[in-house]
Amino acid sequence: MEHIRTPKVENVRLLDRSSGQRKASVGTLYLSATHAIFVENNPETRKETWVLHSMVSSVERPPTTSSGGQLILRCKDFQIFQIFIPQERDCVCACVRARVCVCYSELYCLSFNPNVNKEEREESWNFIDLAADYKRMGVPNNLWVATAANSEYRVCDTYPSELFVPKSATPAIIVGSSRFRSRGRFPALSVFFALQAAVCRCSQPLSGFSGRCQEDEMMLQALMKSNPGSDYIYVVDTRPKLNAMANRAAGKGYENEDHYTNIKLQFIGIENIHVMRSSQQKIVDVGEMRSPSVTDFLWGLENSGWLKHIKAILDAGVFVARAVADEGVSVLVHCSDGWDRTAQACSVASILLDPYYRTIRGLMVLIQRDWVSFGHKFSHRYAHLDRDPKEVSPVIDQFLECVWQLSEQFPCAFEFNERFLIAIHAHVYSCQYGTFLGNSQKERRDMRLHERTHSVWPQLWKDRGKYTNPLYKAEQSQSQGVLRPNTSPYCFKMWKGLYNHAEKSTPPRQSPADFLSAVREESQQLEEELTNHQEPITWEKIEVPRRRTSCLPQRHSGPDPPTLYREPIASLAQDSSHTLSSAPANQKTHTKEPALSLPLGPHGQLKSHDPDDLSTCSDLESGVADLSSRSSSGGDVGKDPDLE
Amino acid sequence: MEFAEHIKTANVEDVVLRQPLQPPSRGTLCITGHHLLFSDREESDSRQVLLLLRNIDAIEKRMSGSSGTITMKCKDLRVLQLDIPGMEQCLNIAHSIETLSCLDCVSAMYPFFYRPVDLSLPEQWGLSSPEMHYSQMKELYEKWRLSTVNRDYSVCPSYPPAVIVPKSIDDDTLKKAAKFRQGGRFPVLCYYHKKNGMVIMRSSQPLLGANRKRCKEDELLLQAVIEGSDKGYIIDTRSMQQAQQARMTGGGFESKSFYDRWKRFHRQMERGKALQESLIKLVEACGDESNNMDRWLSKLENSKWLSHVQNALSTAGLLVECVERDGHSVLVHGSEGTDCSLLISTLAQLIMDPCCRTMEGFLGLLEREWIQARHPFQQRCAHSAYSHARLQQESPVFLLLLDCVWQLWRQFPLALGFSEALLLRLATEVYASDYGTFLCNSDQERCALEVKERTHCLFRALLRPTERDYYSNPLYERTELAIWPSVHPQSLQLWKGYFLRWTQQVRHLEEAQEEIRNMVIEWGKLARS
Repeated sequence: MEHIRTPKVENVRLLDRSSGQRKASVGTLYLSATHAIFVENNPETRKETWVLHSMVSSVERPPTTSSGGQLILRCKDFQIFQIFIPQERDCVCACVRARVCVCYSELYCLSFNPNVNKEEREESWNFIDLAADYKRMGVPNNLWVATAANSEYRVCDTYPSELFVPKSATPAIIVGSSRFRSRGRFPALSVFFALQAAVCRCSQPLSGFSGRCQEDEMMLQALMKSNPGSDYIYVVDTRPKLNAMANRAAGKGYENEDHYTNIKLQFIGIENIHVMRSSQQKIVDVGEMRSPSVTDFLWGLENSGWLKHIKAILDAGVFVARAVADEGVSVLVHCSDGWDRTAQACSVASILLDPYYRTIRGLMVLIQRDWVSFGHKFSHRYAHLDRDPKEVSPVIDQFLECVWQLSEQFPCAFEFNERFLIAIHAHVYSCQYGTFLGNSQKERRDMRLHERTHSVWPQLWKDRGKYTNPLYKAEQSQSQGVLRPNTSPYCFKMWKGLYNHAEKSTPPRQSPADFLSAVREESQQLEEELTNHQEPITWEKIEVPRRRTSCLPQRHSGPDPPTLYREPIASLAQDSSHTLSSAPANQKTHTKEPALSLPLGPHGQLKSHDPDDLSTCSDLESGVADLSSRSSSGGDVGKDPDLE
Repeated sequence: MEFAEHIKTANVEDVVLRQPLQPPSRGTLCITGHHLLFSDREESDSRQVLLLLRNIDAIEKRMSGSSGTITMKCKDLRVLQLDIPGMEQCLNIAHSIETLSCLDCVSAMYPFFYRPVDLSLPEQWGLSSPEMHYSQMKELYEKWRLSTVNRDYSVCPSYPPAVIVPKSIDDDTLKKAAKFRQGGRFPVLCYYHKKNGMVIMRSSQPLLGANRKRCKEDELLLQAVIEGSDKGYIIDTRSMQQAQQARMTGGGFESKSFYDRWKRFHRQMERGKALQESLIKLVEACGDESNNMDRWLSKLENSKWLSHVQNALSTAGLLVECVERDGHSVLVHGSEGTDCSLLISTLAQLIMDPCCRTMEGFLGLLEREWIQARHPFQQRCAHSAYSHARLQQESPVFLLLLDCVWQLWRQFPLALGFSEALLLRLATEVYASDYGTFLCNSDQERCALEVKERTHCLFRALLRPTERDYYSNPLYERTELAIWPSVHPQSLQLWKGYFLRWTQQVRHLEEAQEEIRNMVIEWGKLARS
């Protein structure tokens, strides 16, 4: 690790705008190679705020005023920090440090060391086994086989080396088909359902206005034949038809139904990455509004178009899932390059089709397969390095949000909770682990990431306790079989947990989920106790649940807003550790990693601080604060018409 | 029976009933004076649907050939459809439903006929009375008294016979003060905050009129309320402008010069027709089948319903702030003092007072604030969102209250002793009920019709053990703290359980609630064993 003398700036004021903090706290800012760390001066709290450099999406520097310089840090997980620095010189320095990394070697995952040995590291990369998952689906079998065509990434350098194709697709067909597909992304198996119909994925054909390719036609024919139950396949083009047609002029486009026998072409109309990027910016702005009226809010929501896009993606997944499950027809999904909208549609369909993907481990497998392995361009889309801003787009954000919307509709169907989704979201952006680095399997291999970084999945698995939905029961009807969501507009709402940090830190609402998790845990313990001791249980034991209930996180907000909001926040911190910009494991980093020796005082003190604790003594915005701010405008205080 | 004249065809065979979430079924339809009864022909698994005709808000009939279809849109937002063979039968049925569903005569309504076998008519109707309430509140004895000045409803026809007023104010003063308030609704105590001894008072607007009359007795009465404190607050649920305009028609507000120790806030709250139209638009939006996100969001916005929810919660929050944080007494009124004033004083009590958050406490609160203090239910809930009838006095103020309580329940799932199911039940009962609780417009009317002697009381029925179990909140844990609601738009949600009640989606949410209940019960069993 590059050794940098940690610059330190004193008398800095920090305002955590995203959590609705109103009064800046005074403290010291430390700039390490990987983090900006703010430590409050207040000796009682010594609250720390850790911001990972790679989480910073933009640094604004408003003009210097008499009171000094200012920096506004916007993070990729939608947190915003405003930093006031008295000296102009320090401000520039801080600004430079917080800049986005420019090369891979600067990324945090290459210096991050969670204190495990070599074997454990290797083991961590084997945690998710895709071959085992295909086996679980019943592949390979007499219709679907693994192909060696892409070993050493010879045919398609953005695909994984192991792929499944119909048995009748010979290497010649595969190679021929891949030449006729954008970026060589030929049709390959994504998910196999009920030993019958399959969801396959590819990129757009290079058909132009009249081009055709015999091998590609044979490939689609092979797909159809590998499902003996049906005599046609659906080809789902997830783009709006107009976009697909426009692509024909560039020698690309979509399948001509006259050339392919027995296909049904279906357009879905998910917009492209540029539309999504600007839509997300708008919904982030909606989340940042200070005290909007209901009208402003709903208008902003409509104007952003975000929920419309989420609905389109879910509709695509529903179409695919219905075709496969209800009609027993195989589906081939593509968009332009087959790594954004295609990944969304296939993975949403998988979630709907197979209950396994609604479990914690299952979702990991799914993301590993349809996103990581199939070459979703993580580094480009999530701006891991300072590259083309036009490549950036919240593609996986949308997938995670689709899953969240589904979990709101089926509260008992998912083993994981919202925190799990938000944790994955943070890791996609943070570059703390190597899992989401690079744009393809080949890139990751070339960078030797398996030797130099760690996999995020075992870490998430270890923390699964806090990611578990207490209402989930595998044997329940909601959890089983194919999910059939309603996609009426009224079923969608803004994902507050992700976009609206300000709201989250208003008085900690009571959380039934936390309560139920505790209840569940306790029930299990009691059950064990019961089986262990057959003798009559004493009064002492009856005391147990009561006592434990009372030490559940404080679930109420208190009598008087100022004290009340302060008090229960400690519990908020532990139940929302997903909100931090620097993901949970950071905490471990700085207690375990001696290289990062910061003049922060005794370590014991550090340990007690969750980086998320930012809000501990901030003056929080709340319903009540809203009231008081409005009472001055709405009332007639001091202005009595009688006296005028 | 006098209903017979409206029933030309009482029975029809071979009718197909289509209702939400269930496959169509074929069976016999029967119309009685108060009900529509449908029974399935299936021998093995016979299903019956019993619908109060009062529940039907609007009907549409469509004839095709020799048969007809009647679509019934209910006040609980359910839409049912009947396919009836025979044109004449169909027309007869439609006519009966149309007439019987909106009979005006209160004493002919079903609650007067409802005689369940397991219930005898109660000795005591209702949960409590102003007298009992006063006698239980020992804290009040020192400075407050129970006045029976209104024992024959002569001072204020809409007040109950007994009200709580400052001890130092005698009945003559009250009579004079009542003359200065619209409808005689002089300021009375509705809530005493035990923590600091501050109170919430409720009244109607003062009758200043254009020439700014004043009333010494009214001033005296309010003065007595804040005896020993430096000031009090008045929350007027109208905008400044509306309040000023009210003077032209004889109303007005407490002017600074005569009530110098009272500080006034104006919060414009929607009421009356505008609120009813908001409900109609929202229900229409929920039924929109265009499947278009932009359209939905713009319709939702356009209905303004959530704005009304926000406004009500934030005004109630202001009231709580005055009493709980600022430590001063508050007088709440709008113009008549029978709608928005009740709404925000009820919400404020739920936010502040843990006693109001149990199931008994909540029902008792509703009884005090809405039944005894008189919300004109008969007028306000004559029709709901589907009716084509010309709007008269309809206004879903009570429904708005339930929605706000639901928002509280959603934000504080552990703090309230009752569940969403109770709110849904109340939302249904208020429009069409077996019970007499929501009949009539005032206590006086109820006495005249002997409602208390001749009908059953809903609140008492809900507190029977089986019902109570069903409507209780399994997660409830009493907290002494105030539950301050967030009024940020992101924190407010559409009350799906009510507005989308008849969709599949809500079933999944109900299953989740069921699961929660089971888990807690299971846990309780283990803990006890």
